[in-house]
Amino acid sequence: MENRLKKSAANRHWRWFANHLASVLAVGATVVVIAPLVAIFIDLVYKGASSLDLNFFTKIPAPVGETGGGMANSIVGSAVLLGLASLLGIPVGIAAGIYLAEYGRGAKLSNVVRFTADVLNGVPSIVMGIAIYALLVAPMKGFSAFAGGVVLGIMMVPTVARTTEEMLLMVPHAVREAALGLGVPAWRSTLSITLRTALPGVITGCMLAFARVAGETAPLLFTAFGNQFWSMRLDQPISALPLQIYVYALSPYDEWHRLAWAGSLVLIALIVISVALVRYVTTRGTLKGAG
Amino acid sequence: MADSTFRWLMLACALSVFVIVALIATELVKSSQLTLAKFGIKFFFGSAWDPVSENFGALPFVYGTLVSSLVALVIAVPLAVGVAVFLTEMCPKSLRGVLSFLTELLAAIPSVVYGLWAIFVLVPLLRTYVDPLLIKLLGWTGLFVAPDFGIGMFAAGVILAIMILPIISSLTREVMTAVPHAQREAVLALGATRWEMIRMGVLRNARIGIVGSIILGLGRALGETMAVAMVIGSSPTISKSLLAPASTMASVIANEFAEAADDTYRSALIEIGLALFLVTIVVNVCARLLVWAVTRGAPARVT
Repeated sequence: MENRLKKSAANRHWRWFANHLASVLAVGATVVVIAPLVAIFIDLVYKGASSLDLNFFTKIPAPVGETGGGMANSIVGSAVLLGLASLLGIPVGIAAGIYLAEYGRGAKLSNVVRFTADVLNGVPSIVMGIAIYALLVAPMKGFSAFAGGVVLGIMMVPTVARTTEEMLLMVPHAVREAALGLGVPAWRSTLSITLRTALPGVITGCMLAFARVAGETAPLLFTAFGNQFWSMRLDQPISALPLQIYVYALSPYDEWHRLAWAGSLVLIALIVISVALVRYVTTRGTLKGAG
Repeated sequence: MADSTFRWLMLACALSVFVIVALIATELVKSSQLTLAKFGIKFFFGSAWDPVSENFGALPFVYGTLVSSLVALVIAVPLAVGVAVFLTEMCPKSLRGVLSFLTELLAAIPSVVYGLWAIFVLVPLLRTYVDPLLIKLLGWTGLFVAPDFGIGMFAAGVILAIMILPIISSLTREVMTAVPHAQREAVLALGATRWEMIRMGVLRNARIGIVGSIILGLGRALGETMAVAMVIGSSPTISKSLLAPASTMASVIANEFAEAADDTYRSALIEIGLALFLVTIVVNVCARLLVWAVTRGAPARVT
C-alpha cells in the first residue's frame, strides 16, 4: 500500500515535470524561431538604411572600383518584368478562379485543377526557369525581358487562382440570385456583381502573388539574365532587383555589398507592405462592400 | 451565346494549369534528350562531373540535395512543432496574432535576401562559434571535421531550416486547429495535464497532417536554390563531413547553367532539372494528400 502511494507520488511529480518541461520547450522553440527573423530585420534595416541614398534610386551601377552608383536600372527592370508578369498571370489566374468558384463547384475536374495548381505552386522556381529557357530563350537565341516576364507570370497563376476562388466562395448566394433575378446575363453577373463584391480580397491575393514573384531570382537567371545598363526593350536582357542583389552579394567589393543590402531593404519593404496589407484586408472582413 | 463563350473562356484558363505542367515536362524531356540517351539511368549513379571530357554523373548533387534537406528537417521539425504547439495551445490570444504574422513574414522574405544574410551574418557566426563547438563535441562521428570554411553543407542546412520553418509550423498549426475541441476536453476530463492533453488529444490526432506538412517543407527544401547556392560552396564532391563544401541539384543548375556552352553540358543540367521536377511533384502530391486527409472540408489555404 505504502509502496503504491510512493509510486503514484513519483508518477505525479514526473507528470508535473513533463508538463512544465513541454511548456518550456515550446516557448524556447518559439524564441529560437523568432530570433533569426528579428536578426534578419535588424541587419537589413541597419546595413540597408545606412547605404540607401538618392543615388540608389537614380543612378545605374558604377564600374568596378568607382564609388557611387545605384540600382535605378534594376528597379525599372523589375517594374517591367513584374508588369509583364501581372499582365499575363493575373487575368488567367482570376479567370481560373472564377471557373473553380462559379462553374466547377463540386465537379471532379475542378478538384483536379485545384490539386494541380497546388502542386504547380511547389515546383522549384529554377525548374520553371530552365523550362522557359528551353521554350523561349533557346529558340529566340537570346535572353530577353519577355522570357523573364513569362516565367514570373506563370508562377503567379496558381496563387491568384486559388485566392480568387476562396474570395468568390465567400460571396453570399443571395447576391448572385439578386443579379440573375434582374435579368442580368450570367457572365455580367459574375464579372460586375460577384467579382466586384469580392474585389478587395481578389486584389490582395494578386498582391500576394506579386510580392512573391518580386523576390524571385532563380527563374530569372537564364531568362531575363540581368543587365548593367538601362534597358526597357522586351527582346533584350534586362536587370532585376533580386538578380542585382545576387550578383553584388557574391562580388568581392565592399561597395557592392553595401548596395546589395540597400537593394534587399527596398525589396523587403515592398514585400512587407503587401503582406501587411493582405493581412489587414483578410482579417478585417473582405466583404464589407456586400453588407 | 455570350454566356457560353464566357464559360468556355474561364474553363480554358482553368485548364491552363495542366498546360503549364505539361509544357514544363515536355520541354525538359526534349532538351535533355542528349544525356538521357547517352547515359541513361547511370546518370544518377555516376559521381564524376567533368564537363571538359563530357563525362556527367549527378550523384554528388543528388547526395547534396538529400543531405542538406535532411539537415534542414532535423533542425526545423522539432522547432516548428514546438512553435505550433505554443501558438495553438499555450499562447495568450493577444500574442498569437503578432507571432503568426511574424512567421508569415519569415515565409515572405525572398530567397536571395536569406542568401545575403547567410553570407555576411550566419556564416561568420557559424565559423567562429558554432562549428568549433560541433567539431569538439561531435567530431568523433566524422560528420564535423576540420577544415572548416563556414560555407558548406551545414551552413546550407541551417539556412534551409530557417526558410522551411514557417511553412511547416503554419501548416502544422492549421492541422492542429482542425482537431475538434471535444477531443481536448475529453482528455482533460480524464485528469490529464496540459502536455498530456496536447500529446494524446492533439498531436496524436493530427499526426498524419503533421507528416504532410513536414513533407511539404521537404519539397520546398529540395528545390530551394538561391540561398543554398550562395552558401554551400559549390563543389561537385561527396564528403562525409558536413562542414565541407558541396552542391545540390538546384544550386549546380544556378551556378553552372549560364556558363554551359556545349549541348551535352547543358543537356546534363536540364536533366538534373527534370529529375528535380519529378521528385518535387511526387513529394508535393504526397504531402497535399496527407494534409487534405486531415483538413478535409475546410478549403486548403494557399501557402
